[in-house]
Amino acid sequence: MEKSLLAPGHRACAGCAMPTTIKLVLDAAGPNTIVASPTGCLEVTTTPFPESAWCVPWIHSLFENPAAVASGVELMVKRRGHDTNVIVIGGDGSTFDIGMGSNSGMFERGHKILYVCYDNEAYMNTGVQRSGSTPFCANTTTTPWGKESLGNPRPKKDMPAIAIAHRVPYVATASIAYPVDLRRKVKRALQVNGPSYIQVNAPCITGWTFEAGIMVEISRLAVETGLWPLVEWVNGEVTEVKKIRMLKPVDEYLKTQGRYRHLFKRPDGAAILKQIQDMADANIAKYQLVD
Amino acid sequence: MSQKMSPPIQKDPQKRAASMRVVEGSYAVAHAVMCSMPDVISAYPITPQTHIVEHLSQMVADGATDAEFLTVDSEFSALSVLVGSSAMGGRSYSSTTSQGLALMYEVLYNVSGMRLPVVMTVANRAMGAPLNIWNDHQDSIGARDVGWIQLYVENVQEAMDATPQAYKIAEDLDIRTPVMVCMDGFILTHVYEPVELLDKERVRSFLPPYRPEHILDPANPYTFGAFADPSTYTEFRYQQCEAMVKSMAKIEKAASEFQEIFGRYYGGLIDTYRTDDAEVIIIAMGSVVGTIKDAIDQMRAAGKRVGLVKIRSYRPFPVKALKDALKNAQVIAVLEKDVSVGYEAGLTTDLKAAFYNSNLRMPIVGFSAGLGGRDITIHDIERLVQKAEAARAGIESEFEFLTLRKEIL
Ligand SMILES: Cc1ncc(C[n+]2csc(CCOP(=O)(O)OP(=O)(O)O)c2C)c(N)n1
Ligand SMILES: [Mg+2]
Repeated sequence: MEKSLLAPGHRACAGCAMPTTIKLVLDAAGPNTIVASPTGCLEVTTTPFPESAWCVPWIHSLFENPAAVASGVELMVKRRGHDTNVIVIGGDGSTFDIGMGSNSGMFERGHKILYVCYDNEAYMNTGVQRSGSTPFCANTTTTPWGKESLGNPRPKKDMPAIAIAHRVPYVATASIAYPVDLRRKVKRALQVNGPSYIQVNAPCITGWTFEAGIMVEISRLAVETGLWPLVEWVNGEVTEVKKIRMLKPVDEYLKTQGRYRHLFKRPDGAAILKQIQDMADANIAKYQLVD
Repeated sequence: MSQKMSPPIQKDPQKRAASMRVVEGSYAVAHAVMCSMPDVISAYPITPQTHIVEHLSQMVADGATDAEFLTVDSEFSALSVLVGSSAMGGRSYSSTTSQGLALMYEVLYNVSGMRLPVVMTVANRAMGAPLNIWNDHQDSIGARDVGWIQLYVENVQEAMDATPQAYKIAEDLDIRTPVMVCMDGFILTHVYEPVELLDKERVRSFLPPYRPEHILDPANPYTFGAFADPSTYTEFRYQQCEAMVKSMAKIEKAASEFQEIFGRYYGGLIDTYRTDDAEVIIIAMGSVVGTIKDAIDQMRAAGKRVGLVKIRSYRPFPVKALKDALKNAQVIAVLEKDVSVGYEAGLTTDLKAAFYNSNLRMPIVGFSAGLGGRDITIHDIERLVQKAEAARAGIESEFEFLTLRKEIL
């Protein structure tokens, strides 16, 4: 493999899936790429001035505007007649919540921009607060479990559906546990003459609390339980689904992580585990994940 | 010596009249933007700025400019788009006002902090609540500390002419600081005035193409917008302050170079009107300067020694130029269209601060007027001068609302 376009020596936690995501995306995209990112763990850990881990041009402006910044970049790329890839790589908090307005604008205007969300399912940079991407009943610092609470009260926002509703021609979900699949999706997205959106399951060792060394395994379990289906949508239609060969119950995934520990401790946790299993089953049925 | 305002270079009056056209203020600004040959324009409609972007859209539609015009989801995104295009080395333009400027607030700091030479017209308007669409300066004065150069213009011709000047100042490699050209909403954006329209070719000779040192380029990858900890953050701000100091000479230079080519001059950092022997000097910014000049002419005819200092550059604040222009005044009256709820108003406080550690000890009194578009009449200016004269015997009030309707309180 060629030299990575994300230099080592960044300051992300050991066992963080975000640098892995960046490396896989840049591997597939190559050096003729410009990246825009929002505020978040990525920005803070990869660009402590005067250092930068980025070997491609990279710009960060604010938490909620990378899609708009990338729009300006893409306009200039087109104006100059270049064929440079323009990619946003941002966290779920930026993507699902505070950046929604500028994401919507970018999707709707049809810019040739690949938007990659590394989805660690909370605001990690500020200390694991809930985001619109946080799954049902996950423990975060703003949705802690307690006598009156079972964690995050709402299911995860369906961001791929929101992208599809904008007629984004290529939308996909991916996982760092399936690097070949992820690279292929990035390459495919970069062929699209318009916007594309890839949402990558990216475990966070600090926020999800799991043992060092099992990051990839956790992300694979998310796929193998049906909680994180790997799907591709072209022009709104499902075109590819990664089949699950060895289907696992959701408990196997959930019990690896501290953010779900309360569900196994409390008597009323069992009903929640059942609800989460129902969500996985619904995915399995919807996307025909199991033959 | 007080400078003569806008000396005509075209000596032949017939030729001059032939090149004059009556246009709307917003059209004049759009025309100036077009002549400045931007790469990217991104803006969001808000009264009274809308006509500027509508005219620009039409110019793009007609092929009068090859600029990219991007319609976006908000002012916040409009200016964010320009962060991207400017970092790519594209000349970038936006325009907004009031609520739109407030929505941009975060991005304003980003543009200046990344040293991106964006130019934006602010069609000055009051801030809600209560909702009000008319002119005052609360919006841009409220954005005083965001690291942008702020130029205030007096009339339509100056609004137009300040636009290429703004690019020249902003893009200077010693400056690399964005510029707001502040023009009074409605009063200037919607008025039809005879102006000499800029000529694209002559603007080209005044304003060289934008050649930035650092851009987003895969052949030479830079990181923009890094994370700076306490060991380096201060130096970023220091360098911005230094650039602001240097920009004073560049603002003056741009004004005089513009004069050489186009024959029009509005002052550099400030301008003065009948200040030579003036006992009372009024300080103001924007279109009200025209009314004040008329009032001064009337008061002078009645034997009152009144003069005017017009501030063109509010940021950087031209302390030295102001001290020179005001040193012989016996009393200074600041007339401004903003208020800092809790303490005076921007210009009054800034001016007092500028004089404090000096030997200038004349009274400075501040007046807020014209808020939310209330007219400022010649009579109001005369009252202001009376109040200022009274302050020579002892200041009763350092700051007050000049045209308060006590009957509705
Ligand atoms: C306008 C604004 N609000 C809040 C913040 C504080 N903030 C910075 S990063 C962040 C969370 C980032 O979450 P996400 O996008 O999921 O990225 P992660 O850190 O999890 O990788 C927050 C809340 C900010 N920088 N700007
Ligand atoms: Mg996150």
